[in-house]
Amino acid sequence: MNNKGFSLKDLTKKRLFMPIACLVVVLLINLIKTPDFFNISINNGVLYGYIIDVINRGSELAILAIGMTLVASSSGGTDISVGAIAAVAAAVITNILSGGTDSVSEFHAPLAVAILAGLLVAVLCGMWNGFLVASLKIQPMVATLILYTAGRGIAQLITRGQITYIRVDAYKVIGSQFGHNPVPAPIYVAIFMIVVAALFLKYTAFGLYVQTVGINAKAARLVGLNPVKIQFLCYMICGLMAGIAGVIYSSRIYSCDANNIGLNVEMDAILAVALGGNSLAGGKFSLPGSLIGAYTIQALTTSLYAMGVSSDQLPVYKAIVVVIIVSLQSPELYKLIKHHKKTGAEKKNLIKEAVQS
Amino acid sequence: MKDEVVLEMKNVNKTFPGVKALTDVSFKLRKGEVNALMGENGAGKSTLIKVLTGVKDYEMDSGEVRIEGNPVVIKSPQDAQRKGISTVYQEVNLCSNLTVAENLYADREPMKFGLIDWKTMNRKSQELLSSLDINIDVTKVLSNYSIAMQQMVAIARAVDMDCKVLILDEPTSSLDDQEVEKLFMLMERLKKQGVGIVFVTHFLEQVYRIAEHITVLRNGTLVGEYETKNLPRVDLVAKMMGKSFDDLAEIKSEGGSTKKDEVILEAKGLGHKGTIKPFDLVLHKGEVIGLAGLLGSGRSELVRSIYGADKADEGELDFKGKKLLIGAPIDAIKNGMAYLPEDRKEEGIIADLSVRENIIIALQARRGMFKLISRKEQEEFADKYIKEIQIKTASRETPIKQLSGGNQQKVIIARWLLTNPDFLILDEPTRGIDVGTKTEIQKLVLKLASDGMTVMFISSEIEEMIRTCSRMLIMRDGRKVGELGEQEIDQMNIMKAIAGGNE
Ligand SMILES: Nc1ncnc2c1ncn2[C@@H]1O[C@H](COP(=O)(O)OP(=O)(O)OP(=O)(O)O)[C@@H](O)[C@H]1O
Ligand SMILES: [Mg+2]
Repeated sequence: MNNKGFSLKDLTKKRLFMPIACLVVVLLINLIKTPDFFNISINNGVLYGYIIDVINRGSELAILAIGMTLVASSSGGTDISVGAIAAVAAAVITNILSGGTDSVSEFHAPLAVAILAGLLVAVLCGMWNGFLVASLKIQPMVATLILYTAGRGIAQLITRGQITYIRVDAYKVIGSQFGHNPVPAPIYVAIFMIVVAALFLKYTAFGLYVQTVGINAKAARLVGLNPVKIQFLCYMICGLMAGIAGVIYSSRIYSCDANNIGLNVEMDAILAVALGGNSLAGGKFSLPGSLIGAYTIQALTTSLYAMGVSSDQLPVYKAIVVVIIVSLQSPELYKLIKHHKKTGAEKKNLIKEAVQS
Repeated sequence: MKDEVVLEMKNVNKTFPGVKALTDVSFKLRKGEVNALMGENGAGKSTLIKVLTGVKDYEMDSGEVRIEGNPVVIKSPQDAQRKGISTVYQEVNLCSNLTVAENLYADREPMKFGLIDWKTMNRKSQELLSSLDINIDVTKVLSNYSIAMQQMVAIARAVDMDCKVLILDEPTSSLDDQEVEKLFMLMERLKKQGVGIVFVTHFLEQVYRIAEHITVLRNGTLVGEYETKNLPRVDLVAKMMGKSFDDLAEIKSEGGSTKKDEVILEAKGLGHKGTIKPFDLVLHKGEVIGLAGLLGSGRSELVRSIYGADKADEGELDFKGKKLLIGAPIDAIKNGMAYLPEDRKEEGIIADLSVRENIIIALQARRGMFKLISRKEQEEFADKYIKEIQIKTASRETPIKQLSGGNQQKVIIARWLLTNPDFLILDEPTRGIDVGTKTEIQKLVLKLASDGMTVMFISSEIEEMIRTCSRMLIMRDGRKVGELGEQEIDQMNIMKAIAGGNE
């Protein structure tokens, strides 16, 4: 008994304990409120069910969380332009494919070329953010605010204010399924990106560099790192991730609606990083933490929908749950509680003593 | 007799995960005395002070504090301040991006019509500092000044607040002799006013000059409290280390001046606008070159311009026979230089990273991002230095910020030794390092030099440079003004040369 309690205590000290616990709690609540939450069936040759929906819809968020984690760690700030960048990338891709018209049923340019061009533009957006933050030392929030506001405008310009439809089956693949494979394709894309990122972090010193720069840029420079270059790279990668997310978003609806693609997703991505136990003030990071955070957010969104919360009320409920989760993870809260208990006890002791003497 | 005691701590215990930092430590401070708190790196001195003053995360597990006989609970440093305890912590915790005046009066700004009265604040700051013989512009941002100056500002702030107890945790670690004199004068004055002073330092001479009592800690336990006049220096060292040790023994090998004529570095007119005037310099393989000068004489600035920490904007640098263009420190590192900066907290440690990561980071940067040092190798490197220079840490995975000041310094030294440089620049390498280890490091420097490494050594402790250097450059007002050869190096000559005057 005693033994078990001890190991449980050790477990709670592990870095990922809290993020995982939160995800589990969200899922458990679902199990009670929406018993069919975990049902999986096959509909029209695709896996179907709430839980599949969480993993499927969480793909973009997971991909965005990778970039956001690096940005937060290296620069102690967040990139609030990722949703807008996703829209820009989608606009570029659809308009190359449509050759400038509003709706096409065959490609006007090779798909690969269009996607590459879209990703390139996303990378350029990331480089712009990186330049502002790393070289000009503008606060990340302010620097990325520029594309946050201007990005969708640019996307609108590219689409001439129209919603561009690409009614070609090949364009729908990434957002639906590969051939007859029942697992939704976005899941594969997310897994691929996660594996690439994990391998990159495991077999290079990039993760160490990013954290070093985020913790102490001056010291980082003196040990031979280039903080400007590293921060710049992080923003660039974040831009690329936003681009990839944009591809998926756009493929799901085989169109580009510049006003709505990735709308408000930056907030979810930032929350994912925070829920993963990462400090938004920079420094040490855990990629698994952010990914768990991403799927937790998605689970939350999906469950709220499943419980019948309407989409305009969704943010309120989400905010409440997020506040609870974030404060549960705050060590300060525990200290505060402990401190209150302790000082109370001490005061009693002192009074006792004073009375005695 | 009893009413004399102003501060008393009884049976204080403090445990960190994996470390018992304090075991049943008791401490007593009388009115108007200096009690020197002594012990090796990691003995628990700073922890005792933080526990006493209610620093966050340092709540005591058990124990008792009495001020003038009354039991008290101190909840925070502000609370300690209100109860009459002023503290200057080991790592100066001022805001380097605020002005000097703002730092002096933070939390207690003079107000006028509900707004901060800047004029009064600046005037009072100026007065306060001049009364301590510190002449700096109080409206400038603090980071413009050296750590020594920042330390003086922190001290000024502490003494300006009415207090019964003043705690100084290694206040002199980066001060030069003149500053130390100023501080001592101030301490004498406070003693006369009845203030009790807790003084932590690794400089034994200073203890014997100013302290009435010495309290020795070892491995988190109290060894004892002694009257200074009854405790000879060798006994004190033995009590701290738990074994006898002669910290003043000669360490330079006799007549060991092997011929040093192979030039390794040559600077011609190197300079950095605003900090260091163009200088010429020739360094040989296997030399230990000291840089002597007052605070602000440009010692650190000179080495920084060589290393590229502050990129030189004029002049040329030849290193190992080829012309070097150094744009950033990495260029210097790749060519075999290493630089241990003076400011450990701001420029040295990567606070949240582990001891292991802090040790390998420079070597990793030198090898490049895609040549990751394997985990196994990293662990071997870390273990090697933890053992070799006795870094006291719970494990190699402990975040460096949890180590004691002196042990953090050892980690940074290990970081550079690991890169096995040809030219090693040490700016105050023994800052905050205890007596025993200090001698070890000095010996290490001499050994590295005899193996062919060139070492440039900056220390505000002249004694230390006399023990290690084979040649000495004299700096004054951002200019290199002279040189002393091996035979000329002694206290008198150096003092004369530093002060300059009529040559
Ligand atoms: N926040 C912390 N978390 C974990 N361990 C700590 C923490 N602070 C101090 N320690 C440990 O407590 C011990 C005592 O450290 P302390 O800083 O008091 O030493 P010190 O006597 O001041 O040494 P120095 O002369 O190097 O400054 C060390 O082993 C240190 O690693
Ligand atoms: Mg200390």
